[in-house]
Order: sequence, then C-alpha cells, then structure tokens
Amino acid sequence: MTAALALGDDALVLSHRLGEWAGHAPVLEEEVALANIALDLLGQARTLLSLAGDEDELAFLREERSFRNVQLVEQPNGDFAHTIARQLFFSVYQHLLYERLAAGTGEFTDLAAKAVKEVAYHRDHAEQWVLRLGDGTAESHERMRRGLDALWRYTGELFEPVEGVDIEWRALEGDWLSAVTSVVGRATLALPTGPRAGSWTAGAGRQGLHTEPFGRMLAEMQHLHRSHPGASW
Amino acid sequence: MVAVTAGRTAQGAAGMTEAAAQTEEAAFEAAVAADERIEPRDWMPEAYRATLVRQMAQHAHSEIIGMQPEANWITRAPSLRRKAILMAKVQDEAGHGLYLYSAAETLGTSRDELLDKLHAGRQRYSSIFNYPTLTWADVGAIGWLVDGAAITNQVPLCRCSYGPYARAMVRICKEESFHQRQGFELLLALSRGTPAQHEMAQDAVNRWWWPSLMMFGPPDDASAHSAQSMAWKIKRHSNDELRRRFVDICVPQAQALGLTLPDPDIRWNEERGQHDYGEIDWTEFQEVLKGNGPCNDQRLAQRREAHEEGAWVRQAAAAYADKHRALGESLSQGPGRARPSDGSDTAVTPPDHSGTAAPSAGSEPSAGPSPSTGPEVTAQPMEATT
Repeated sequence: MTAALALGDDALVLSHRLGEWAGHAPVLEEEVALANIALDLLGQARTLLSLAGDEDELAFLREERSFRNVQLVEQPNGDFAHTIARQLFFSVYQHLLYERLAAGTGEFTDLAAKAVKEVAYHRDHAEQWVLRLGDGTAESHERMRRGLDALWRYTGELFEPVEGVDIEWRALEGDWLSAVTSVVGRATLALPTGPRAGSWTAGAGRQGLHTEPFGRMLAEMQHLHRSHPGASW
Repeated sequence: MVAVTAGRTAQGAAGMTEAAAQTEEAAFEAAVAADERIEPRDWMPEAYRATLVRQMAQHAHSEIIGMQPEANWITRAPSLRRKAILMAKVQDEAGHGLYLYSAAETLGTSRDELLDKLHAGRQRYSSIFNYPTLTWADVGAIGWLVDGAAITNQVPLCRCSYGPYARAMVRICKEESFHQRQGFELLLALSRGTPAQHEMAQDAVNRWWWPSLMMFGPPDDASAHSAQSMAWKIKRHSNDELRRRFVDICVPQAQALGLTLPDPDIRWNEERGQHDYGEIDWTEFQEVLKGNGPCNDQRLAQRREAHEEGAWVRQAAAAYADKHRALGESLSQGPGRARPSDGSDTAVTPPDHSGTAAPSAGSEPSAGPSPSTGPEVTAQPMEATT
C-alpha cells in the first residue's frame, strides 16, 4: 500500500509537470516526446494508485502532506535543460528500479515488466538530450550544468528505502551513480559537488514533507475536481 | 502516378519550349480531370502550387496553434482518465502538424519557412482557435463541434488532387474521428451529470456553436479561392454546402446529448431536405480574421515565445550534430537530425518512440460505446455521399 502510493505519486506528479510543457516545447518533435513520456507516466500512476485505492480520490482529494512522491519530481520545469536534468535523474532511477522489480516476484512484477520498456525510452531520451545540451553550444553547456546542479540535492532521497519494495537499495544507488556519472561525463560535464541530501530532504517527500511549489501545483490540479464534490466526469 | 502522367515529371524551366509547356499543362489538366493524383515531381501550375502551400500551411498551423486552447486544461482535467485522453489528443495534434508540414515540404517550401511566416503573422491558422477555453466543458465542445467541423471539411480532402495532402488527410481523419467521439462522450457525461455540469456543457455549446460554423469559411458568394480550388479538385464542395451538411449532422447529435444549439432559427426545411439555420455574424468572423478576436495576440505570442525560447536548444542539437559528424560518428543512433546550417532551421528528431507511442488514451477505446447518433457515424456516410 505504502509502496504503491510512493511509486504512483512519483509517476503522477512528474507526469503533471511534463504536461505543463504542452504547447511550449522548443521543437514540435519534443511536443510529441514530452507528451508521450507524460502519458506513459500517467498510465503507470493510474495502475499503481488503483492498487492503493480509487485513483481519482487519491489524486484529487489528498492534500499535500499526504502525497508520498519524492521531492525531485515536484520541482518546477524551469528551462528545457532543467527539465532534462530532472528526467535524467528520475528516469535512470526508475529504469534501474523497475528492472529489479520486474525480475522479482513481488506485487509490482507485472507492472514493472510493462513499464520498464517505457522507462527505457524515457531514459534514452533524457540521456541523448544531456549529451546534446552538454556537448552542444557554450550556452547549452552552461544551462545543462545549472540544471544538474540545481536538482542534485534532491537525488539522495531516491534511495531511501520504500516500505514494501524489497530490493537492495544501496546497490541501486551505486548503479545509478555510475550510470549518471558516465552520461554526464560523455556530455563533457562533471557531476555537481554539493550534497545529495541533507536532513531537510532525506526521505522527506516519502513522509509527506514537500517543497513550496508543490502545493500550488496541487491547487491547480485538484481545483476542478474539488469544486464538484461527488460528480463523475 | 500512372502512365498518362509519366511524361509530366518536372523539367528545368530553361530549355523548355512553349510547346513543351503547353503539353505539360494539358497533361496536368487531363490528370486532374481523370481524378488522378498529382505527385511532388509532376509539373503543376505555379498558382496550384501556391494555393496548396497556402492551404496546407494554414492547416498545419491550425494544428499547432490548436494545441493551446486544449493544453490550457491539461493541468486541470478533473479525472486521470480525462487527463490521459486530453494529453493524447494534444500530442496527436502536434503529430498532425508534423505530417502536414512534411506534406507541404514536398512542394518546395520548408517547415522553418512556414513557421517563420506564421510567427510573422503572414500566414493564417483557423479562426476558431482565437476563442478562449473558459471551462472544462469547452474541451468537450471543441472535440464535438470543432473537430466535427474539421472532419466535415477534411474527409473530402482525402480525395484532394494533390497526393501527399490527400494521404496525410487519410491518417489525420482517422485520429480526428476519435477525438470527436471523445469530445461527444465528454459532453454526454456532463449533460447527464449534476445540474452544474449540465449547465457547464450547455454554456460551452452556446459559446462554440457559431465559431464552429465559421470554420467553413465565408459564404460561397464571398469566397475568394473557392472556384479555382474546386476546378483543381483541391476542394470538392463549397463552404456553404459543407456548413449545411455539418448543421444536419449536429442537430440530432445535440438532441442525443440533451443539449440545445443556440440558434432559434434552426428548423427542418422539408422542401430542401435540410435544416435552415440563422444568420452568421460575418462581422465577428472578419474581426477575428483581422487579428481582433479574443485570443489572437495571446496565441501568436505563446507560439513565438516557445520558438524563441527554444532557439538555444535547436542550436545545441545542431552544434552537437556538426561536431559528431566531423568526428565521423554515426548520427543514426541519436535523436538529433540536423540540417547543415546555422541551427536556426534544424529539425531535432527525438528517439523514435513508436514502440510505446502513446497507445495510451489516444487509441484507447476509452470513450466507450457511442450512441447511435454519435459522431462516429458522421465520417463514413459523409465520405460515401461525396
């Protein structure tokens, strides 16, 4: 239950953030790609939340303190590089996580087996863009560096064990670090040097402690549903 | 193209004799008369080419600008199912824009050139997208009425004389029919929902009905391009003919929805076997076309902003492609497909996601069974009778 909410909220919230790009992407192909990823994530969220209860009740009627997503996915989009940095950190994590879940025998095996194929595309998309932005122009290099830097402090939380997800979290973190180090290096960038987590972030999102922009995001997302209690759509 | 037109492939203008030019023109006319398809390398009159570029560009721009009024509700969709359907629809529209720009490029223009003209206000997009989406029900009204009008217009374009355009329309019309059905189903859920939801649906239909009728263009006696386009078989039916057909389709559908159309003059005309309807406010139509509609400035500003703010991304992709081409690396693996230029006209192709390509809501039969009067039935009979 806890795990379905945690993983479902991650997918739901990131999907919402990517949905905000619609009509604003730098090139038409990215309109398609970002919407595609958002849709995949929304599909995962719906499956996971349905394991935990009613998907719409959980999405639209919980308040900020009851959401269990990591703080990384709720971060505002920023510029394209910022969005891509968030995608890199999260999709590599999700890919490695779902690979493990798909290989296991727990309640998420089937879901993970389906989702891992989608997530492999998300990861490829993010990595290819990190390469292009990092190793593109001076401006794109600098923007990519700033994006990675700004989000680095939210990455430690990804590896706080989630109750009900039975995997080797330390090993997952090690694989994630080496994968991210590799792609960032090929993009002619270096990993940020700041802390990956502090007392203010470690596991905070999973406990319902979020960052300030998140409440505003939920206000927008939930407003219509909450304005018509009991209605069906 | 078949034998008749085999001799019509393009030749350099230089060296073409007057007799040869006449032969080309006669072959073109004969092919159009025989309902054959004109293909990119065939000879065609310059005016035919220009008309097609204008129409296809306007069509592509409409798909791209048309993402905005609907995307306006993605972050507020009231259920996760509706959110998925709406995201998939907006994604489809970007895809339609891509098909249509590609089809237009076969006429010797480029997507970047066309986008520049859109951004400069030198090419148009459909007047309908200059109206605001003020409630969730507007998403349904757009699906039902706006996509319905678009389908009525576009199904005959599947037989347009220009091959690439006709083929693009076949693909687009299939997806549009889905969207229309989903919009109808959205409105039906609202109409049968709470009183507040019903009222929201009726209000949206009231606001979108007349602008949807305007999508068919000016009345026949004031349509500048109609006669020539019909002679070239780009258009198959007049504006008023299609508009009347649309009204005939909508009247029973509105009844099935339990909603009314905001026109007291709609009534069955026994003699003509069609519905009569009230007078369209052509002054409003002209004002919107001139740029004075409620959202003209906002739509164009957002499009320009997305393009301008994305310039550094396109330049990065181009620079990366240039570097790695110079290094002799294969570009086939990455998302970047850059034309050799300054980067401003670089097409960036993301990894092919066709494996996962949003089968999600767009193609999901999530709209459920549609009522017998639902939009699903509109496209087919229309095709059959044209």
